[in-house]
Amino acid sequence: MTHARTATRLLPLTADDEPVIELTGVDKIYASGSLEVAALCGIDLRVERGAYLAIMGPSGSGKSTLMNILGCLDVPTSGTYRLAGEDAGTLDEEELAHIRNRRIGFVFQQFHLLAALSAWRNVELPLIYAGFGRAERRARALAALDHVGLADRADHRPSELSGGQQQRVAVARALVTEPALLLADEPTGNLDSASTADVLGLLDELSAAGSTIVLITHEADVARAAGRVVHIRDGRLEHEGPL
Amino acid sequence: MRFSETLRFAVQAVLAHRMRSLLTTLGILIGIAAVILTVGLGQGAQQQVTSQIDALGTNLLVVTPGSSTGAGGVRGGLGSASTLTTADARALSSRVVAPDVAAVAPVSQASETLTAGTSNWTTTVVGTTPQWRTVRGRTLLEGRFLTQADLDSVAPVVVLGPTTASELFGLRDPLGQTVSVGSVQLTVVGVLASAGSSGSASLDDQAITPQSTAAQRILGGSARTTVQSIYVSATSSSTLPAAYQETRAELLNLHGVTTPDFSVTSQESLVTTATSVSKTLTVLLAGVAALSLLVGGIGVMNIMLVSVTERIREIGLRKALGAAPRVIRRQFLIEASVLGLVGGIGGAALGVGGAALLPGVIGSPVTVSPLVVVGSVAIALAIGLLFGVYPAGRAARLTPIEALRRE
Repeated sequence: MTHARTATRLLPLTADDEPVIELTGVDKIYASGSLEVAALCGIDLRVERGAYLAIMGPSGSGKSTLMNILGCLDVPTSGTYRLAGEDAGTLDEEELAHIRNRRIGFVFQQFHLLAALSAWRNVELPLIYAGFGRAERRARALAALDHVGLADRADHRPSELSGGQQQRVAVARALVTEPALLLADEPTGNLDSASTADVLGLLDELSAAGSTIVLITHEADVARAAGRVVHIRDGRLEHEGPL
Repeated sequence: MRFSETLRFAVQAVLAHRMRSLLTTLGILIGIAAVILTVGLGQGAQQQVTSQIDALGTNLLVVTPGSSTGAGGVRGGLGSASTLTTADARALSSRVVAPDVAAVAPVSQASETLTAGTSNWTTTVVGTTPQWRTVRGRTLLEGRFLTQADLDSVAPVVVLGPTTASELFGLRDPLGQTVSVGSVQLTVVGVLASAGSSGSASLDDQAITPQSTAAQRILGGSARTTVQSIYVSATSSSTLPAAYQETRAELLNLHGVTTPDFSVTSQESLVTTATSVSKTLTVLLAGVAALSLLVGGIGVMNIMLVSVTERIREIGLRKALGAAPRVIRRQFLIEASVLGLVGGIGGAALGVGGAALLPGVIGSPVTVSPLVVVGSVAIALAIGLLFGVYPAGRAARLTPIEALRRE
């Protein structure tokens, strides 16, 4: 059952001069019946390695569509998307799954931890799909949990953890494959203010340590944590630059 | 992703809903147990019939006289004529005339009451030749069988069936003892071994005497050389048709007739009829069992669809984390197979257990062959797999965006 790909290890990090994200003229058009809705129009975006970018916009602005394309959960209708130097715009579902596994770490608003699994079992999930052996998975998962300050909670189920801790586990899961991009979709949307500060502090630390982070939010307070903010409205990037 | 990991996920998912998984596997379990038991019952019945017929003698042809026409034109049934003689039997023994015939035994028999001391027992007295033992495939428990010398000297000797011997002599050794048939005293020279556990009682309950002794001293009758039937055994089952032709041709020739005044029957036709009956029964029962398996399979599919719907967010997450569609498909296929396999193994255990208990309850033999057990477990696995295809395909086709957004 070994697929050629599952045997390969994590890809090496990209060359320093290569941007992590490079969107050029990206359109996304949804067709529902005869009606065509343009969710994204001519998006150009570059995110350099080590950058911390917030994408802000109200609901219905195309924010989620952009996040899906950045996360390789969807492909653009036209335009090109290069993720860490690889053209992600023309891949089939299997290749997209592969690139998500190797290059992207997701942090979701609802945490999306599997309730039946302990913290470290949740963290090791991406490594299973990457084909790592049992011992190495455990070692890496525990290291990632240690990284987010939850080494002593490795055997706890999500239900035994606070919201902030759960989101930290999710961040550990996102980090465990050493991805080129950490993609956080409203990571504080379900957290109280203390936990929000907690998670944003963690992202700050990761950014300071060199991680490339894209944060999607509709809250200005959260966006302020990022080094750079872009606004999206009606499917277009409105203005780039610090708030 | 490694197979062992996929299997682990599948087993975890099955164990996550123990009650539900149990009830789902129950459908398969009952189906498999039913298949094993019905096939076992069918095979048991078939074996019983076959061995009973085998006990009559393999490769056996039986020649019986044709019908007689009495005074006033009343025609008797088959066997009512007295056209077969010891001469016929001797002629058939010739290797030249009938090369495919291994042994020939003429038989005359009647029901007689035997007495030994104070006990008596009514049984079938058979007058025949030493070849009878070969033709009927019998062995001796003790003593000896009839010899040609017995036949030639009209010796007053008898070989008893095991049932007859115990009825007359109980635990005493019958060898050398005397039994009386009417006024004739016969010395017991041997006892037959039982015709086997499945043999019908009549095979073990008879008294064998030389044909000459029976004809001249016991049975009497019009012609002392007339016999009731002639057993003919072919050299092998493959030469049975040839032996049939030779027997028929020789008897037609000897009797100087063109239409046979006798009939030759083989056990083959009996076996065919008997097994076809039990086969039909087995097919019918197995069909019912297969239907219950189908229902069990639909149960698996139903639960797998529920499972996919219920775990839609988990599927979305796994996909976002890098599980390719084929990986998700495999996970759910294996999950369905695990349900099928567990049901199959449980069903096999129940079936084998039932097969051990059932004969005591209903009195019919149940034969469980390892092939059927292994086969039905494989079928259960295949059913799980088959009915998992559609739910697994649905899970694999889910887009991670939709699946993650689902509340």
